[in-house]
Amino acid sequence: MIDKASFLLSRNAFGRLVLTGTDGLEYEGVIPVRAFPITSPDCGFSLIDAHGHELVWIERLSDLPAELRIMVEADLAGREFIPEIKQIRDVSSFATPSTWYVETDRGKTTLILQGEEDIRRLTSAALLIADSHGIHFLIRDRGALDHHSRKLLDRFL
Amino acid sequence: MTNTKPSLISPASISPGVLSLTLPSSWAVQIESQLSDEEWVLAWLETDLDAQLHFASGVVLVTNRRLLARSGKDETWENWTYRQGLALVRHDHAGVGSLELLDTNLLLSRWRYTLGRDAAAGRLIYHFTQQLGQQLTGELVPLLAQETTCPKCNRVLDAPLLAGQEECAECSRESHTPPSTWTLFRLWRFARPYKGRLFAGFLLTLGSTAATLVPPYLTMPLMDNVLIPYQNGKPIDTDLVRFYLTALLGAALLAWVLGWARTYMLALVSERIGADLRTATYDHLLKLSQAYFGGKRTGDLMARIGSETDRINVFISLHLLDFFTDVLMIGMTIVILVSIDPWLALVTLLPLPIIAWLIHLVRDRLRTGFEKVDRVWAEVTSVLADTIPGMRVVKAFAQEKREAARFRSANDRNLEVNDRVNKVWSLFTPTVTLLTEIGLLVVWVFGIWQISKDEITVGVLTAFLAYISRFYLRLDSMSRMVSFTQKAAAGTKRIFDILDHISSVPEPVNPVHLPVVEGRIELRGVGFRYGTRRVTRDISITIEPGEMIGLVGHSGSGKSTMVNLICRFYDVTEGAILLDGIDIRSLPIVEYRKNIGLVLQEPFLFFGTIAENIAYGKPDAQRDEIVAAARAAHAHEFILRLAHGYDSLVGERGQALSGGERQRISIARALLIDPRILILDEATSSVDTTTEKEIQKALENLVRGRTTIAIAHRLSTLRDANRLIVLDRGSVIETGNHDELMAKEGHYYRLYQAQARNVDIEDDLRRPVLDRKTGEGRE
Repeated sequence: MIDKASFLLSRNAFGRLVLTGTDGLEYEGVIPVRAFPITSPDCGFSLIDAHGHELVWIERLSDLPAELRIMVEADLAGREFIPEIKQIRDVSSFATPSTWYVETDRGKTTLILQGEEDIRRLTSAALLIADSHGIHFLIRDRGALDHHSRKLLDRFL
Repeated sequence: MTNTKPSLISPASISPGVLSLTLPSSWAVQIESQLSDEEWVLAWLETDLDAQLHFASGVVLVTNRRLLARSGKDETWENWTYRQGLALVRHDHAGVGSLELLDTNLLLSRWRYTLGRDAAAGRLIYHFTQQLGQQLTGELVPLLAQETTCPKCNRVLDAPLLAGQEECAECSRESHTPPSTWTLFRLWRFARPYKGRLFAGFLLTLGSTAATLVPPYLTMPLMDNVLIPYQNGKPIDTDLVRFYLTALLGAALLAWVLGWARTYMLALVSERIGADLRTATYDHLLKLSQAYFGGKRTGDLMARIGSETDRINVFISLHLLDFFTDVLMIGMTIVILVSIDPWLALVTLLPLPIIAWLIHLVRDRLRTGFEKVDRVWAEVTSVLADTIPGMRVVKAFAQEKREAARFRSANDRNLEVNDRVNKVWSLFTPTVTLLTEIGLLVVWVFGIWQISKDEITVGVLTAFLAYISRFYLRLDSMSRMVSFTQKAAAGTKRIFDILDHISSVPEPVNPVHLPVVEGRIELRGVGFRYGTRRVTRDISITIEPGEMIGLVGHSGSGKSTMVNLICRFYDVTEGAILLDGIDIRSLPIVEYRKNIGLVLQEPFLFFGTIAENIAYGKPDAQRDEIVAAARAAHAHEFILRLAHGYDSLVGERGQALSGGERQRISIARALLIDPRILILDEATSSVDTTTEKEIQKALENLVRGRTTIAIAHRLSTLRDANRLIVLDRGSVIETGNHDELMAKEGHYYRLYQAQARNVDIEDDLRRPVLDRKTGEGRE
């Protein structure tokens, strides 16, 4: 592993992150990942190389110089995909598989719920819903949803 | 992707007019305006995400001239004509696919889509690469010998569809339609075989209900012809009294006999329906793929097959029967009441619609409530099923309190949900009772008024009150029926959820039978995705009959996945696996698996004797066959040392056997079915090296003459392999025998060196053997 204060990141022409360590070695195609993307998205980051080996562990993004932080954040934003459901407009049926028409923080979409067991309870209020293509939708606080959404959701819990 | 026209590949057959047929309708017009003359679209991908991963639609097209793209909101089209160095590649991560257009030194553009569209992206890349090759070299480069597409989603398939298959695996996975709400009627499928008895039960119900309606009718003449005249000074007519009372007794007796007969008859039928339902569900469950069991909790499945079927059974024999009787009775009562006095009947029946409305009102709320109760109940049993098998871990880490708390919290949720349901439910019954009382009051008021007008007699009012009190009493129990129906419907739904689940490893519609299996296994561009995680990609290997292959790689490199795919516990997501040149998906599953002997890392022994366990794959095996198999597996001797020999009980609650002994029993099990293909999944990993040697000896007998695929973490175990296949992160990175791979000094060399350092002694013992054996290999 590389000491966290002493590495450089840059973006090459292929749009990939390149990490340069203190020893001058370059790693192309570095990917930042969150260790706890759902329960603690702000703590614990790791930069892994193209072969899946960890290069740097970053406790908090704020530990990084601003320039690096922005680069890491941009890469995460372009790859992380856990849409947060803000509203459930309609469901095709209360029996699964069921198609849900939802409003997320990333816009309107539909998802197919294969079975009730695809709804994972994270905490008492937060739910993680896996659709038939394996995309995970998050409901951060089901108490905060509107009445109609709550009523629809309640039928599946 | 809603269009179903197959793509047109040969440029000669394409005209721009075809466009509107094959393109997504929302884009067709805009696309057509972009195309020049003599330009046509070969493939397209509708992207549904923008660069910031917000949902937004865009489109990427491959034409015979260039790559065209338009993303989300901006109106501009981008395009790239074919030139040297262009490449189109796709990646995916956590459900998001990205398609990148690269130059030799630059990223030109990137598009994102959800993985549902991955197939279209693959198709796009296929056409792009083909066109690029054609434009640069001037000749059509066929990338695949022949291209087939799924008639439903237009996806290019890596293998042709099997006869009788109408859609590709991707489609059939998505086309599950939800079961209908009237699930209870689906039970008819199970009731149909008992039609005759059900009809007899119906007639008996009719008779017994009619008999129970006689007594209230008799109160009318009893009142008017006996009691009232007596009050008015006339003596009691004993003959008439005797007649009426005898009739009352007779009716009661008749109702008793008929009621008994119908209850018995229908209980008999419902018990059989319940049993059929249970066995059918279990039969179906056994046919489901390994993936299904991976995603379900044992406790939940057990609850469904056990208690849910029982609940349905009780529902049919008790509640449904009662309800049916009630409906009949209400119908008959109405006819009788109207025939006595239409006006009073009208007033009497007035509360009926109100009660019906009330029932309807509460029905929905209760149904969802009861569905919830069921789910929570399954959760409670799931906690038990999770913890009890892992009790050793719980105790070792002293987490009893935590598990107790987990169970308590599941129970608390159960309480909470039940409390909520009961709130509605408890209000329901008293309300019905209140309405009953009010209804009776109405009848009293109107009856007294009518008597005062001399329109009816006291007897008529008495009869009405007698009828109506029964009538309302039944309404009360009918209202209870709502909850029973909902519970049974919820249970039925949960059972039909299993029955409706189509195995992700489907039986072929038109199966091909292989009379003689040689054992040539061919993997053609095999890829497998578990959820969004790609486990293996593009694996192509041919394994000759009788060849022994060793799969080598770190854990998580896809070895076990390959074995699961070859056993068809899962179906490949890309490519195909062929046995003797035939896609294994077109072979009947049972017939196919009969050719496979599987020895797993953790041998599973069922409760039963050792002989039964060895004969598991061939229950009709003779004793001498079993002994021969055990001998070959080097299990014979230790079995004889047991107190009851081959009749010793093993498995849960049975004789304690060591890991090596259990393993040799499972090897004997695989030997007995004499399979053409043998799969050893870490067969010797869980035992020490001495035991491993014994097992190795047993395996040598097993491997002889069979196509063998062996996975072993200890590389020394694979000394007999003709060829070693080194996997890393789901791809084949090296192939060859031990010597070749060592000479290469690649991945295998490093693995081998790493192990050699750790197990010096074992390695020293084995190395000469290994060298000699691999030297004899066919490669």
